Amino acid sequence: MLNWWLPENVSTYGEEIDWLFHLIYYITGAVFIIVTVAFLSFIVIYRDRPGRRARYTHGNTPLEIVWTVVPALILVVLTFLSVPAWSKIKMTMPQTDFVVQVTGKQFNWQVTYPGPDGQFGTADDKTFLDEMHVPVGKPIRINLKSQDVIHSFFVPQFRFKQDAVPGREIPQWFEVTKPGQYEVPCAELCGFGHSGMRAWIYAHSAEDYTKWAAENLRAGAAAAAPETKQEPEKPAAKTGGRAKQ
Amino acid sequence: MSAISATAHAHTAHAAHHEVGFVRTYIFSTDHKMIARQFLFLGLFMMIIGGLLALMVRWELAWPETPVPGLGSILTETGGILEPSQYNMAFTMHATLMIFFVIMPILAGAFGNFCIPLMIGARDMAFPFLNMLSFWVAALSGVLMLSGFFVPGGHAAAGWTSYAPLSAVPEYTGTNWGQNLWCISLFVLGVSSMMGAINYITTIINMRAPGMKLFRMPLVVWSLFITAILLLLALPVLTSGVAMLLFDRTLGTNWFKPSGGGEPLLWQHLFWYFGHPEVYILILPAMGIASEILPVFARKPIFGYHAMAFSMIAIAFLSWVVYGHHMFVSGMNPALGMSFMVTTMIIAVPSAIKTFNWLGTLWGGRIQLKVPMLNALAFVWMFVIGGLSGIFMASTPVDIYIQDTYFIVAHIHYVVFGGSIFGAFAAIYYWFPKMFGRLTNTALGHLHFWPTFVFFNLTFFPMHIIGVGGQMRRIYNPLQYEFLQHQQHWNVFITYSALLLGLSQIPFVINFFWSLFAGQKAPLNPWNANTLEWTAPSPPPHLNWGPTVPTVYRGPYEYTSPESREDFLPQSQPPLVRAGAARH
Repeated sequence: MLNWWLPENVSTYGEEIDWLFHLIYYITGAVFIIVTVAFLSFIVIYRDRPGRRARYTHGNTPLEIVWTVVPALILVVLTFLSVPAWSKIKMTMPQTDFVVQVTGKQFNWQVTYPGPDGQFGTADDKTFLDEMHVPVGKPIRINLKSQDVIHSFFVPQFRFKQDAVPGREIPQWFEVTKPGQYEVPCAELCGFGHSGMRAWIYAHSAEDYTKWAAENLRAGAAAAAPETKQEPEKPAAKTGGRAKQ
Repeated sequence: MSAISATAHAHTAHAAHHEVGFVRTYIFSTDHKMIARQFLFLGLFMMIIGGLLALMVRWELAWPETPVPGLGSILTETGGILEPSQYNMAFTMHATLMIFFVIMPILAGAFGNFCIPLMIGARDMAFPFLNMLSFWVAALSGVLMLSGFFVPGGHAAAGWTSYAPLSAVPEYTGTNWGQNLWCISLFVLGVSSMMGAINYITTIINMRAPGMKLFRMPLVVWSLFITAILLLLALPVLTSGVAMLLFDRTLGTNWFKPSGGGEPLLWQHLFWYFGHPEVYILILPAMGIASEILPVFARKPIFGYHAMAFSMIAIAFLSWVVYGHHMFVSGMNPALGMSFMVTTMIIAVPSAIKTFNWLGTLWGGRIQLKVPMLNALAFVWMFVIGGLSGIFMASTPVDIYIQDTYFIVAHIHYVVFGGSIFGAFAAIYYWFPKMFGRLTNTALGHLHFWPTFVFFNLTFFPMHIIGVGGQMRRIYNPLQYEFLQHQQHWNVFITYSALLLGLSQIPFVINFFWSLFAGQKAPLNPWNANTLEWTAPSPPPHLNWGPTVPTVYRGPYEYTSPESREDFLPQSQPPLVRAGAARH
């Protein structure tokens, strides 16, 4: 199948989005061609010529019904086809023990791992700047937060996007299928440094990830911790991704 | 009857001959036609600024961090290179000016004012003084908006959507008074729009000529009526929103700032609750204009008049319950996203109905490809593309990917430029003879239309492609991202097309001013159209008609009617058969 300029997809649910994308491509493409052919041929066939009189008609009720009902049906089907992917991506949370906290701030992504104790907010947390390491083949849960303005965590190859809203913690997930390094631009205007606000996700094979984690997430490992200026944190309103845990 | 008309005659003759000075005629005029012209000039002037800002944005995207030609003398510190904050300001103000000071003044302000009284057979608006106030308040708002360019820190740079808290805290953008003036200007403009909307609604309900039943009204009047209702109900939400934003910025309130217990998403809900009806405020008048022009130049009644009117009413109702589709990935409850997907899909249906009825109008017609018709046809065709690309975003899973990419930018420009601006051009060419009493130049009209149409598509269609490739909107330099490198040639291509699109507007400017002063004098009814404005002199005098206003006997689209040997039958022409029957 033609990829229609989409970047390569490397997430589990990306295929479902691409499938819908292609389906809408074909539906709208067909409608566009039909309408355009009718439109252009009417302009040519019914152009002004001497001696011709225009047809005197005010409309046609059966036709009106047809072109109301048919588009409505197509759109209803499209809605139903969109529901499963949406509820899978945004409304459910797969079972996973891999949780990372991602905090947007002008103009970086802070990625925090809970460390050996599995708890956030303890001394062994490890925070990286603009860098995230994950294993492939495992659902990754990220708790998305922001320190200042709204940012948007966008991973084109994962078909992943979610705004990070200050005052909220929004749980999201993805699962990578192919090792590699993937860019994470900020997709929501966040100030003069918006352009260039970008992190990298390094997706490792399971063995490589274990090795990386052993070297970098152990207590006492020198993580590339940035100067994290923690603002007095307010209890984050738990809304947004209503996750089944 | 004759006594009444004689009194009316004396009255109007008196009013017409009552000399008013230059100031009351051209500046503080209460005549709806002069106010229409004022709105038109305001919109066209702002279009030049908005267009130049767009070209600056395009230059930056094609050749990032290189000097923009002509800006060297203004941005002396950088030698003409736009800095990121200035770039943010440029796209913010491009959108703000084009939406609030170009399309709304031209479509709703100018053609709303010009068409409504003339096409329903009224002598003026219901509240002429309020009408004058509406323009001057809008002009004040325009001055406030433009003054933002000259304050320290620059103009607003948080996008035309001004998402809080970026817009709510001066430190986040570095702009202080620019954003404040943005809020104040839109607040003032909201007041102007309300005055206009109240006037339009009252005039249409109360001041129709004898025989002008609601379902004999031209569709452009229907569209302006519905637009006015949307304006009346939607604008106050924005007006309140910008006031709250201004209070957050200057008075220390915390509506939108989480640090003080506020809620950033509240701004988005308020903004889009206004913002989505706003999209239809921009497009409905253009739909009405196309529905007006297609029958005239196809010499054929509009196909499905009632379907056209009711689909506009349906769009107006549904436009209140679709706004959440701007917020699918905003952090709003995803279950709510699902319901907004359903309503968004539904609102595509009335748009489809309209498109098919336009096609039905062309079918079997006798199509005259004159300049207004070319622009109206371009509107229909481009609106099809803009409508179809909207279906991608309506599907929530697909929107996860294309939200905030250039696909959205392509979509909005197909709707707002391909739709509203071509509608505005169609309207200007169509009503220019009535508005200014002179015909426009046909050759220059073609020289404007064809390049505009071609370069419009070459500019905006490739934006779909780079959007699907993932390019985000509002970025300063696409070359900062590795995954966007391979498609940079498209950005260069788009910028060349945009520059040529800008140059294509020169024939329009020449045509407009040349025709204004030296155009051939327009006859009463140059297009052989049916609606009432063509029975008034070109240009219509104060109070529009002589002693009596026309009486309406039929619908507005009786072209090629068997009742008439001509291919048109004006709304005000008494029926021959009945006149004959009365004689017996």
